[in-house]
Amino acid sequence: MVEPHGQLITAASIPAPDKGGGLNPYAIHMATILDKRRDAEDIDTYRLELTDPDLRRAYRFSAGQFNMLYVFGVGEVPISIVSDPDEPEYLDHTIRVAGRVTNAIARLQVGDSLGIRGPFGRGWPLEAIRGKDIVVVTGGLGCAPVVGAIEYVFRRRGAYGAVKILHGVKTPHDLLYRERFDAWRHHPDTEVLLTSDQAEKTWQYHIGVVTELFHQVRIDPARTAVLMCGPEIMMRLGAPILIERGVPATAIYVSLERHMECGIGLCGHCQMGPYFLCKDGPVMPYDQAAPWLGKVGV
Amino acid sequence: MKSGSEPAPALLPTSSLQRLIDLLQAKGHRVVAPTLRDGAVVWDTIRLVADLPVGWRDEQEPGRYRLENAGLAQVFGIVHGPQSLKPFTFAPREPLLQIERTTKGFSARPTLPQHENIAILGARACDLAGLAIQDHIFLKEACRDPYYEVRRAGLFLIAVNCTRSLATCFCASMETGPRAKRGFDLALTELDGLFLVEAGSAAGQEMVNALSLAPASTTQVREAEQQIEGCAISQVRRLDRSPLPQALYDAHEHLRWDDVAARCLACGNCTMVCPTCFCHTVEETPDLAHQRSEHSRLWDSCFTQDHGYIYGKNIRPTIKDRYRMWLTHKLASWIDQFGSSGCVGCGRCITWCPVGIDLTEELPALLNRETSGSNRQV
Repeated sequence: MVEPHGQLITAASIPAPDKGGGLNPYAIHMATILDKRRDAEDIDTYRLELTDPDLRRAYRFSAGQFNMLYVFGVGEVPISIVSDPDEPEYLDHTIRVAGRVTNAIARLQVGDSLGIRGPFGRGWPLEAIRGKDIVVVTGGLGCAPVVGAIEYVFRRRGAYGAVKILHGVKTPHDLLYRERFDAWRHHPDTEVLLTSDQAEKTWQYHIGVVTELFHQVRIDPARTAVLMCGPEIMMRLGAPILIERGVPATAIYVSLERHMECGIGLCGHCQMGPYFLCKDGPVMPYDQAAPWLGKVGV
Repeated sequence: MKSGSEPAPALLPTSSLQRLIDLLQAKGHRVVAPTLRDGAVVWDTIRLVADLPVGWRDEQEPGRYRLENAGLAQVFGIVHGPQSLKPFTFAPREPLLQIERTTKGFSARPTLPQHENIAILGARACDLAGLAIQDHIFLKEACRDPYYEVRRAGLFLIAVNCTRSLATCFCASMETGPRAKRGFDLALTELDGLFLVEAGSAAGQEMVNALSLAPASTTQVREAEQQIEGCAISQVRRLDRSPLPQALYDAHEHLRWDDVAARCLACGNCTMVCPTCFCHTVEETPDLAHQRSEHSRLWDSCFTQDHGYIYGKNIRPTIKDRYRMWLTHKLASWIDQFGSSGCVGCGRCITWCPVGIDLTEELPALLNRETSGSNRQV
């Protein structure tokens, strides 16, 4: 059986709109777009607010969880929540235009309505890793599911050790949240290292893949927890390097991605070996994920 | 496996079967049973014994299904059609929400199905086992599925123990049949000109009492047991679950996957007829004026191209990937996920595969290390 870990808040934390009708995991709740901010070409961050004040008050999530976002007449898409779990009345989602539903979302403006179903999945085990040094390794849009976790740690700065944020992008244009990375640098005992696969005149940071940054930071393997999110190959190649440096596989957490439609482990699409990533993930300890990563067709 | 304290089965003469149907209808059930339509066996509403395919038999083999009128008086001579019990509870198309535009945005209203009392006459042990697996998935995992729950609550299940196996049956090795062990309200065993009737629930016992049937003789009970036992022994297919799940995980690189992929058409028939396959997709159907939209779920299959698709990449692009996904899930990862095999041994996936792929043949081939060829992998 799959080992539980981390925090789990199911859709059950949202009551069904028809009071007395029982909990319906498929129920979609209306939300309004409060803000829409451009992060990069084809990537925007939307700030959403549930329209029903009772639902808004009841809604809780943990960093690393996701919502199913619904566009009227088009359908749903799973998007991780990037905002601070301490302010659950605002739900930020960073969305890249990639398919049918995200194309429809891109056409929406401030004041328009979206549907929300969630939150789903297991987030980062931020309570379990209190007191540890935190190493964040992300690539591309993979930084989005970790942003909430980083903010959570900085809000409780004394409760965690050193923080090292290593982030890689394909080109300098792909760097999201530039101001956030700059702000994080100023926290005590914190390092932020950026890298880009491709160089450009204005790029003042490292050039290369994110795993090359591992050599630039000191890691105390006995007291480190690693949060990883990005292309699967980054995690598959990156985690073993950290393990070689002494970090236990159980202290490395990866956030994984598969086709998801239901969010509750019923539709079958998000399977990875014995796991349903929508409910057993998306965040999993690396030792659980490792046997399946890189296996063709899994 | 009956203990001595349980009441002896009751005796229902075949000539009195109509009394049972009438009673079920009088109690408010729509009676659904196997019927013949266009040369196929389908579940449909019946009112009379004559609506049943009395005297007919099915012959099933890999990729082959034939019905013949054997000219016998047997009422339940057909073992099973392509449909398991799955469509009754996990609807092939289930409207989930009706979403309407409003001045402020939209409102979404759940469209739960109407409760309906359906008595299913002629459920096989393998299908009850399949239903039990789906009950676990839809009702006992983290989120109860309210749509499934409504449909499931209306079922009154009358099992018919199997006294004849098909060439494709292997329920005995999966320990799901041929006798219905649990999950029924009534269980019938058909002998020459009569049925033995056992109750499996309070509601079932109430039916037996209402029919005021005589108890069966010990000879009749023994004969029924022998016939069921004979049915089990006659099965020519079996599946050895003992090395699962790990052995199939370990066979991920086996050359046999290429072999079976060359035969598989990725048509998805096996997943449609499987009593336990639960994959589904969600479909959005807006009206032309774009004022209303129906949000429905439909059966999906891991053999479709879209099943493993995620923006710009497909996790399982080849038929080999998809057959491996299906079989590994069914026989191995299902055990890790739900504590049981995803296969009940009904054999439908063998019969309804257009090219007759047989999982009881594929599994041993995949677990044969001598032909694995995995040492050739670089």
